[in-house]
Amino acid sequence: MTSQAASNPPGSRSLHRFANPGRFLRLADAVLPWCAGLTAIALAVGLAAALFVAPADYQQGESVRIMYVHVPAAWMALFAYTCIAVASAAALIWRHPVADLAARSASPLGAAFTFLALATGSLWGKPMWGTWWVWDARLTSVLVLFFLYLGHMAISNAFEDPGRGRKAAAILALVGFVNVPIIKFSVDWWNTLHQPASVTRIGVPTIHPSMLWPLLLMGVGFTLFFFTVLLLRMKSELLAARLRNLRMLSVEGR
Amino acid sequence: MQAVSEFLTMGGYGVYVWPSYVLAVLIMGGMLGLTLARLRVTKRELKGYEQVHAAHRKRRGRGGED
Repeated sequence: MTSQAASNPPGSRSLHRFANPGRFLRLADAVLPWCAGLTAIALAVGLAAALFVAPADYQQGESVRIMYVHVPAAWMALFAYTCIAVASAAALIWRHPVADLAARSASPLGAAFTFLALATGSLWGKPMWGTWWVWDARLTSVLVLFFLYLGHMAISNAFEDPGRGRKAAAILALVGFVNVPIIKFSVDWWNTLHQPASVTRIGVPTIHPSMLWPLLLMGVGFTLFFFTVLLLRMKSELLAARLRNLRMLSVEGR
Repeated sequence: MQAVSEFLTMGGYGVYVWPSYVLAVLIMGGMLGLTLARLRVTKRELKGYEQVHAAHRKRRGRGGED
């Protein structure tokens, strides 16, 4: 009873409410079914729209259908990194354990989305540009993002003391965040084969509504998918930590 | 039948379009599958340990908080 009162001093409730792993687990369990269900709906409708409803492009023909996986994957590559940077800042400044867990759980997902964006981009580049790969600003900066993810994953496990590894990984994530605006604006700042932004620009998107809505739906589906898997991974990590504690207790008990 | 084959060839771009979708399914399915598999293993082991731990505490009597 007393320990519970001490762990919840008045005034620190707003943010630290979510720093409590037990409370986070209950929240995750409440959110997960909704998140998973909406993911399934958005991806199923989005996929059907991308393959059957959306028209072929007047220049690119049917190859434009690669866009519906390539662009959401690239969005997620940047979005996941942004989440990691924000969570790392929260972990460093407020020593928020769940934020730290979120950052570490998100980086393999970000790496996978970045790989998907690179691979599908390559498959789109070959018929449209005549090459699988060019060392231009957009492609190179996304490749750097991929290596940042790998570095983040490696560093957080590289220290004997997990606390030091987490801190080093959080600092790497924050320093590497400089790459995110570089990726976003690379198509404006440098000459490139890659087309400029056509959805996320100020004013009217240059993409036709018949292609835009399936793309946005896929974007929503990918985002919900990211959060679903992220919550599952965080839950899995918290349960694994509880398991380690129990193992230690049972060793000490003997 | 022709509509199906037209759909599959994707105006000649099928060799680029389909691998993109297959890759997306494999990578995202892999992420979800690995995560769920790990969660299941952890849950199962945790359940076993919690039973052992509960039995242990019961044996030692009520006083043993730690």
